[in-house]
Amino acid sequence: MPEPLLEVRNLSVAYLTETADVRAVDRVSFTVAPGEFLGIVGESGCGKSTLLFGVAQLLSPPGEVVGGDVIFRGEDMVRLGPDDLRHMRWRDFSIVMQSAMNALNPMKSIEAQFKDTLEAHGTLSHEEIQQRSAEVLEMVGIDPIHLGSYPHQLSGGMRQRAMIAMALLFTPQLVMMDEPTSALDVVAQRSLMTKVKDLQQSLGFAIIFVTHDMSVVSRYSDHVMVMYAGQIAEAARTESIFTRPLHPYTRGLMSAFPSVTGPRRELVGIPGAPPDLARPPTGCRFNPRCPDVMPECLTQDPELYVVGDAEVRCLLYAKQTKKAM
Amino acid sequence: MAVTDIAAAAQPDALEVSVRSRRLLRAILRNRKATVGALILLLMVFVAAFPGLIANHPPQAPLYRANAGPSSSHLLGTTQLGQDVFSQLVWGTRLTLIVTLVVSAIATLISMIIGVTAAYLGGVTDRTLTVVTDVFLIIPVLPLLILLSAYLSPSVTSLIIVLTVTSWAFQARQLRSQGLSLRNRDFLVAARVRGERPMYIILVEIVPTMTSLLVASFLALAVFEVGFAASLQFLGLGNSSELMWGTMLYNAQQAAALESGNALWALAPGAAVALMGAGFALVNFAFDEIGNPALRPVRRRRRARTAA
Amino acid sequence: MRYLRRRLGLFVLTLWAALTVNFVIPRVMPGNEAQAVLGTMRNVNPAALHALELQFGVNVHQNIFVAYFHYLGNCVTGQFGVTVQNVPVMSEITSKLPWTLGLVGVTTVLAFVIGTFVGVISAWRRGGRIDAVLPPSLFILSAIPVFFIGLLLIYVFAVKLNWLPLGSNYTIGATPEFSPSFIWDVLKHALLPAISLTVVTAGLWVYSMRNNMITTIEEDYVKMGTAKGLPSRRVMFDYAARNAILPNLTGFAMQLGYVLGGAIVIEYLFSYPGLGYLFFTASTDHDLPLMQGLFLFYTLAVLVCVLLADVATALLDPRTREA
Repeated sequence: MPEPLLEVRNLSVAYLTETADVRAVDRVSFTVAPGEFLGIVGESGCGKSTLLFGVAQLLSPPGEVVGGDVIFRGEDMVRLGPDDLRHMRWRDFSIVMQSAMNALNPMKSIEAQFKDTLEAHGTLSHEEIQQRSAEVLEMVGIDPIHLGSYPHQLSGGMRQRAMIAMALLFTPQLVMMDEPTSALDVVAQRSLMTKVKDLQQSLGFAIIFVTHDMSVVSRYSDHVMVMYAGQIAEAARTESIFTRPLHPYTRGLMSAFPSVTGPRRELVGIPGAPPDLARPPTGCRFNPRCPDVMPECLTQDPELYVVGDAEVRCLLYAKQTKKAM
Repeated sequence: MAVTDIAAAAQPDALEVSVRSRRLLRAILRNRKATVGALILLLMVFVAAFPGLIANHPPQAPLYRANAGPSSSHLLGTTQLGQDVFSQLVWGTRLTLIVTLVVSAIATLISMIIGVTAAYLGGVTDRTLTVVTDVFLIIPVLPLLILLSAYLSPSVTSLIIVLTVTSWAFQARQLRSQGLSLRNRDFLVAARVRGERPMYIILVEIVPTMTSLLVASFLALAVFEVGFAASLQFLGLGNSSELMWGTMLYNAQQAAALESGNALWALAPGAAVALMGAGFALVNFAFDEIGNPALRPVRRRRRARTAA
Repeated sequence: MRYLRRRLGLFVLTLWAALTVNFVIPRVMPGNEAQAVLGTMRNVNPAALHALELQFGVNVHQNIFVAYFHYLGNCVTGQFGVTVQNVPVMSEITSKLPWTLGLVGVTTVLAFVIGTFVGVISAWRRGGRIDAVLPPSLFILSAIPVFFIGLLLIYVFAVKLNWLPLGSNYTIGATPEFSPSFIWDVLKHALLPAISLTVVTAGLWVYSMRNNMITTIEEDYVKMGTAKGLPSRRVMFDYAARNAILPNLTGFAMQLGYVLGGAIVIEYLFSYPGLGYLFFTASTDHDLPLMQGLFLFYTLAVLVCVLLADVATALLDPRTREA
């Protein structure tokens, strides 16, 4: 098996406030292989964005990594010194945020924002900077004439693509995306995703894609991780998740999305609401909403069990081999 | 949405309000700045309410040896006319505090009415009121205060009027933006659907929801009103026979207190004004933090490593 | 561009409003101060007297709207009448202007620089020692009325220690000239007033700057700056501070009114013969023409600064350009 690009081991992230400590991410472990497309899905508040920023070491107070390791190409990013970490940033991994209108500096032109990044990590000549900036814009299908534009002068879709172009300035090995399509309409979404997948195939970078929309992920990802209440509920290859969902939560998610082409069927949502992470339920966190709840679910914390090539955190599968934590 | 759904959309109910105020009290006690500020203000209120308990000399009577330094019977010395400075300070608290509170309250009230009306009615009314507010914001306060005082015979009432006129615009903008954000909340839509008149909606529905912002505005104003009132009187534009800290300052300045050895006559009321301002400022500072969590003090903790 | 045109329009509108307020005040105030004051003025240039009559509504036999238009005309041509000492209001103002300009100009710039610096850094290093102590203390300092700080400084440095002069702008009897000794004299006299003003103004700036900065730091694009691996200082200034200051420049300019008010008190306290002291003596003399002229001048000063801030914003903030 090839060496994983990213290995996250038991990562826990908490928000440490004066009133309470809220554990938004609880002992999450996963790996990403080079060139892999990993989708992380879940409801709002399940901790998926926090997980992403925790991995990228971009948490702002009061959020903090409170446990675990993030091994990227052999280096533990959690313990890395600030200068070494800074050098890794953007060159080895980059990030694409949800709303380009908020993520791009409104006071700087696109080319200025590309330029300061390129200058922060090396000594390129003025022409080289110009050239690379134009290059990445063309990669995402934007005419380089827009280099001098300001973010508010571009359309929503163009802004999003410009952000992706910026993320590729150094052709990093890993690009982390936090709901990059949520702010777009369906058509723009599809166009952006196709472009992203094309770029991935031609440049070979790995992607961690966080979203609440499973349909976006179903088409393009290799693996999917379903999160619930700060924990991994299920993780498997994309086809397995969609054809044989194991966790009752995943099954609930599947049945909540209508299929455009499939037969008409009644949509079943998941009753209830996600738990308050300051006071999670005892036992399995999903037990208040689970249609297949058993008595032991209320008292016993399920581990992540291996079922075939999938992992499930559900006592229904407790008989399976426990995954080494 | 069915009409019944809209009507059922509750505005913050009594339980929610009482939970919020308890939470607020807890927040105040936990926040050091708020506690210090609140203590200062409580002290002022106490002194204003029971001056006789603290000072045992009549404040205005020129009975004592003039220009005496601080001693056990005259804690802050005496004035040029032989009045006890400490008693003056203590007895002057009441009027100073009253003027500050009255001005801040009325100004906040006017500010709120104008701000919320502008936000709620929108259109031409909004634009006119905003222009009026902006004009009053740009007009420099102290020059206007001085100008108006020249026409009015000095008295506490004219002081209050003049201060209110120059201060109401201060918070009108903030209150207007809050009004704007509330405009389309469900309970307001419900009130509109019920057919309530705009004035009713503004006064009975919107205002109670804005209480925390109103209190914050009140406090923010009070911080500066103490100083403005004292400054006006210090310049000689108040009524020097009314006993307030500002008039003490004026009299002290007229008698060149600093140079002639009764520095305390000038410094004590000045310090008192500063202290009251600081009290309001601290509570206001804390209020900002309570209202906007981003401003709260950040706990710096070394990373707690749990076993992997 | 549209933004600037709109702000210019607002400038004209507010200017007109200020002129109107100036016209309205003498007419709505109880009593007949104005009549009394104008009655005592002798040997006054007829044009000046007529201008004052129009402004104050004394002896005016025309329709009020006609009077109003004539008054506006006078304002535009700079005819503000004369003071009770029969000196043209305009020349009184212009002669005292340089002293106040020097004092206020220098202190405002200094306070802005200090306030911005401290505000930015304390917001960036949340939880640090600077942040815990400096902003609350500076805010409290700004809440303390400026005269008290002035009083304290006078008491400590002028009375007790005798290091610095008590008041005035230069030693009485000295002849103004461009010599180093005179300049040093001026600076010595300006030091305490300047410190008083700077302390209070800086406190105000720090508070707003810090709050703006804290809100700006929460923005995604600041996080993006760090994510891109830019050095921390670069993110702090280029991504956070710039975006915190610029949209609030106009707001800062509007606080100038408060600073000018403080300068009046300080000039009084230090007997510093600038516009503020002039305003004060005008009020003791009941010199209404001078007071109204000064009031208008102060308002105009704030308006001009706000307009300058608008221009700066238009030039530096790309969002004001057409999308």
